[in-house]
Amino acid sequence: MKRRQFVQTLGAGSAAVAGLGLMSGCATTGSGAKVVVVGGGYGGATAAKYVRLFSDHSIDVTLVEPNAAFVSCPISNLVLGGHKTMADITTPYDNLSKRHGVKVVRDMVASIDPAKRTVKLASGGELPYDRLILSPGIDFMMDTLPGMAKPGATDKVLHAWKAGPQTLALRQQLEAMPDGGVYALSIPLAPYRCPPGPYERACMVASYFKKAKPKSKVVIFDANDDITSKKGLFMKAWDEHYKGLIEYRPKHKLVDVDAATNTLKFEFNDDFKAGVANVLPTQRAGEIAVKTGLATANARWCEVDFLTFESKAAKNIHVLGDAIQIAPGMPKSGHMANQHGKTCAAAVVSLLQGKETPSLPIYANTCYSFVTATDVVHVASVHKYDAAQKTMLTVPGSGGLSSAASELEGQYAMAWARNIWADSLA
Amino acid sequence: MVKAMKWLAAGVLCAAAAGAQAQVNQIKVWAAACANCHGTDGRAQPGAISLAGQGKDDLLQKLMDFKAGKRPATIMHQLAKGYTDEQLADIAGYFAAQKK
Repeated sequence: MKRRQFVQTLGAGSAAVAGLGLMSGCATTGSGAKVVVVGGGYGGATAAKYVRLFSDHSIDVTLVEPNAAFVSCPISNLVLGGHKTMADITTPYDNLSKRHGVKVVRDMVASIDPAKRTVKLASGGELPYDRLILSPGIDFMMDTLPGMAKPGATDKVLHAWKAGPQTLALRQQLEAMPDGGVYALSIPLAPYRCPPGPYERACMVASYFKKAKPKSKVVIFDANDDITSKKGLFMKAWDEHYKGLIEYRPKHKLVDVDAATNTLKFEFNDDFKAGVANVLPTQRAGEIAVKTGLATANARWCEVDFLTFESKAAKNIHVLGDAIQIAPGMPKSGHMANQHGKTCAAAVVSLLQGKETPSLPIYANTCYSFVTATDVVHVASVHKYDAAQKTMLTVPGSGGLSSAASELEGQYAMAWARNIWADSLA
Repeated sequence: MVKAMKWLAAGVLCAAAAGAQAQVNQIKVWAAACANCHGTDGRAQPGAISLAGQGKDDLLQKLMDFKAGKRPATIMHQLAKGYTDEQLADIAGYFAAQKK
C-alpha cells in the first residue's frame, strides 16, 4: 500500500490527523524518507547515488545542482596544458536519475531552515527533507584581496580552481600570452582544495610553454613556507623537465591584486607584474554552509561527526567534501569527498531506518598528479576512525608516495578518473 | 477504540517496512571505498581491475601479498597496509560475492 493511499483510508477527523503524525514518524524509519543533497560534485553526487544503493532504492533522493553537467577539477590542469579538452573532463548527471532514480533539480539553494527541515530554492520552490546532505565545496574569501572587488577584476584574474568556464578562460589567456611572458600562480596558505594541485598546474602550464612558448616562464608564489605536497617528486620533475622554466618562491603571502595591470601584491615582498596572473584566493566552505551557521571552525570550515558527517552545529544536516574541518592528515580532495559521500550515505540510511550506524569507517585517499603530459606521481593514505579521539586518523605504516614519476602511473591516473567519475555519477 | 486500532495498524506497517530492509553493514561500506578505482561493487571501467566475482581465496592472497610487499605494485602495497588481515578477508569475501 502506498503511503498516500494509506493516509486516505484513515478517514476524516482527529483519527486522520493522528494517522498523519504517525506516518511522518514512520517515514523516519526508512521507506519513503526524504533526503535532499545540495551540490553535485564528488561528495554530493556520490552521496546521492549511494543513499539510493544502500537503501535498496527505498529512500527518496533529490540532488540540487546548478550546473548542467559535472566538470572535474582533477584532470582539469591537463586542459590548461593543452593535453585534454573540456569534453574529456565533463560527465552528465542523467545516469544518476536513469540508473539510480535520483531526482536531479537544476537550481541553487537560497536558504535552509534547519528547524522546519526545508530548503528554499533560488527559483522559489521549497523542498522538505528528513536528512539534508550538504556538499557545497569551497568558496573564495575575496574580501582578503580588496582589488578583486573592482569591476571586471574577477573576469581578468582567474582562479580556475572550480573546473568549468574559468578553466577554458585561463587556457585562452595562456594561448593569447606572447612568448616571453610570465605566468604567475599564487597559492594560499593551507588548508585549501587539492594540496598538490597548484604544483601540478605549474607542471602543466610549463609543459605547454616548453612546446609552444619556450621563452616564457612560470613563477609560483606560495604563501606557505614550502611545497605542501609531494615536494621531492615535484622538485625532481621541475629539475628534469622544466629547468629555467619554473621558478618557485615560498613565503609569499598575497594581500592584494591589481587586475588592470596583472600585479600581485604581497605582505613582505615586492609587487610582481605578470603576463597572466592566476590567483587561488584563501578558501572556506561553500557559502550556503557558512550562511546556515555551519562553519564553526574559524568561521571557515564545518565541523562534523566523522561517523555520520552530521554537522556539529545543526541536527539532520550532514556536511561533506572540501567544506569540512578536516581530520589530521586528511586532504581536501575529490577522492576524499567521494569517500565521505559513501560513509555519510551509509550513516544517513542507517539513521533513517532506525538501525545501527557502521562504527568503523576506513577509507583511502589516492591522489595522482601529472608532471608531464604522460608521467604521473601519486600520494596515498589510509584513514581509520579512532573511537577514543572521535576522528579519522591515518593508519601507521600505510600510504606513501611514488618512488618516481612513470607512464604506468599516468595510465592508472586516467583509469582512476574514469572509475571515480563512473562511481560518483553513473 | 477505532482510533486506537488505526494507530496499531500504522505501527505494524512501519515495523514491516523497516524489517524488510537489510542493515547497511560495515563490510559493504569498506568495500565501497575500493570503488573509486575498481568501480561500484567492483565492476571496473577500462584500465582498472574488476574485483567483482573473483575467487575469495585468490583475491585475499593478492591483498596479503601486497601487504607483505611480495607482489609488485605502484600503490596497492601502500593501501593494503592500512587494513588488518581480517578486514582484508571481509573485503575479499564481499567482492567474491558480487556478480561479474
